[in-house]
Amino acid sequence: MIQIAFRNYKASKGIWGSKWVGLEWFERFFTAPTCGRMIKNTILLSLYSLLWGFPVPIILSLCINQLRFPRYKRVVQTVLYAPHFISIMVVCGMIRIFLSPSGGLINLLIGKQIDFLTESSAFRTIYIASGIWQDAGWGCIIYLATLSNVDTSLYEAAKVDGASMFQRIMNVDVPALLPMAILNLIMSAGSLMNVGFEKVWLLQTDLNKATSDVIVVYVYQQGIENAKYSYSTAVGLFNTAVNLILLFIVNTIASKTSEVNFV
Amino acid sequence: MAKNNNSHGLSEKTSDIILVVITAVVLLLVAYPLYYVLVASFSNPYDVYAGKTFLLPSQFTLDGYKAVFADPNILTGYGNSIKYTVIGTIFSVTLLYISAYPLAQKDLPGRKFFSVFFIITMYFGGGLIPTYLVVKQTGLVNNIWALFLPGGVGVGNMIIVRNYFQNSIPHELIEASEIDGSSKLKTFLRIVIPLSMPIMAVMVVFSMVAYWNDWFTALIYLPGTEKAPLPLVLRNILIKSSASASQAATISGGYAELNKITEMIKFASIIVAAAPMLIVYPFVQKYFEKGFMAGAVKG
Repeated sequence: MIQIAFRNYKASKGIWGSKWVGLEWFERFFTAPTCGRMIKNTILLSLYSLLWGFPVPIILSLCINQLRFPRYKRVVQTVLYAPHFISIMVVCGMIRIFLSPSGGLINLLIGKQIDFLTESSAFRTIYIASGIWQDAGWGCIIYLATLSNVDTSLYEAAKVDGASMFQRIMNVDVPALLPMAILNLIMSAGSLMNVGFEKVWLLQTDLNKATSDVIVVYVYQQGIENAKYSYSTAVGLFNTAVNLILLFIVNTIASKTSEVNFV
Repeated sequence: MAKNNNSHGLSEKTSDIILVVITAVVLLLVAYPLYYVLVASFSNPYDVYAGKTFLLPSQFTLDGYKAVFADPNILTGYGNSIKYTVIGTIFSVTLLYISAYPLAQKDLPGRKFFSVFFIITMYFGGGLIPTYLVVKQTGLVNNIWALFLPGGVGVGNMIIVRNYFQNSIPHELIEASEIDGSSKLKTFLRIVIPLSMPIMAVMVVFSMVAYWNDWFTALIYLPGTEKAPLPLVLRNILIKSSASASQAATISGGYAELNKITEMIKFASIIVAAAPMLIVYPFVQKYFEKGFMAGAVKG
C-alpha cells in the first residue's frame, strides 16, 4: 500500500495499474510554500512539549512517594490520574470554554478579553499546558512503581546517618529513578515527529495556523478531506521515515545505556 | 537513633508540610477545571460568564442536563458509545489474552519471530491513507467493525500482559496442573485466567477508556450521524459551538433562549461524557502500579 506514495494512485486503475511517478509527490511537498513551516512547527511543538512535560511527572512522583499519609497519598494519585481518562474531544471543549474571550475562566481571572485561540503566539502554550494537565499525573505511575521497589533499608540507613528528607530524595530516590527517566526521555526523542493529531486539529483556527500548522494535520486534510491519496501518503511516509531513523538512533543508545527494556 | 530523631524532628515535620503543600497545590490545579465545569453545568450560563460561579452554582438548575438528555443526537451517540465500548472491550481483551499467553510460553516454536512481528507494528505503520485504503478495500467503511479490527490488539498492552504471565504466575502451579492431566487449554482457563485478574481488570479499563473516548476512527470510517459515537457528536457542540437543528426547532424562546441552552449543553455534556470513565478507574487504580511493574520488567 505504501507504494502509492510513488505512484499516481487512481482508485479506478488499482494500485498496480496506477502510473509510477517516482519522487514527484515528495518534490511537491518540499516545494510547497507551507512545507518549512509545517516541519518547523511539528518539531518545535513536540520538542517544547518534551522539554516542559518530561520533568513534571518525575518531580511529582518524588513528592508523592515521600508523602507519609496513605489516605491523602491515595487521594492525590486518584485526582492526578483523572484527566488521563477524559477524551481529547472533551478536553478541547474545556479548553475552548476556559479560553473564551467572553467570560472564559482564564479571561475572568486576568480581567481581559483575549481570544487566545486566534493568537498564534499562544497556541504552543495552550497545547503544552493542557497536555501537562492531562497526562503528567498519569506519567507518574511508572516512576511511582519504580520508587516502590526501592529498598526501604536505604531510607533507614540514610535516616540513621542524619539525612533530611530532601537529602534522601536526592541521594536515594533520584538515583533509583534515573535509569527509567533516561529510558523515557530517549523513547520520547524517538517519536519527535509524532504530534498528537487530535488536539492540534481541534484547536486549530485559521488565525493560529502560523504555529499550529503541523504535518499530521496536513496529511489528514490532503488525504481524507481532499482525497489526494498518493500525495498524502508521501507526506505521511516522510514523517514516518524521519521518526524511524530517530528511533533507530535512539534505540541503539538506549540498549547501551539502560538495562530496562520493554521489548 | 533517638538522638537523631530529636535533632531532625523539626525538619522532618517541616518537609512533610512542604510536600503536602506542594501536592495540595497540584491537586487543586488538576481538580479545579473539572470542578469548575461541574459547577457551571448546574448554573445559569450567563452567571458563569459573569464570573459568579468560581465556587458554587448560581441559580441552580438542571436544565442543561434535561437538554442533553432530550437531544436525540446526543442520545444516539451515547447509545453508540456504550455499544462500541462493550463490543470493543470484549474483543480487544480476548485478543490480548489469546495473543499474549502463547507468547509467554518459553517453548513456543517461532516465539521470537511472532514477538518481532507484533512489535514492528508499534513503531511502523503504513500511515493514515494506506490504512484507510486497506480498510476501504476490505469493505469496512461504514461498518462498525472498522472501529475494532484495525487496532484490535494494543501491542504495548499485549507485552504488559505477556510479561505479567511470565513474571507473576508461579510456574510450579502450571506444571502441577499439567502433571494432574489438565490440557493446556484447561490450565489456561482454570489457572492462568483466574490468577491474572489484576492485570485483566487494568486491561479492561484501558480498553473501555480507549473505546469510550475514541472519535477519530469513527470520523474517518463511519461517515454520517447515525453511527457517530458520543465524542464526535460533542464536536458539533463543543468545538463548532452549534446547536443541533432539533434543538433550534423545539425551543420557542427565540435566539437568546437558544443561545443559553447551547451554552448549558456544553457544560452538561462535558460532565455526561467524562463521568462514566472517571467513576470506573478508581476501582482498579491499586492495580495500575503493580501491573505496570510486573509488565515493564523483562521476564
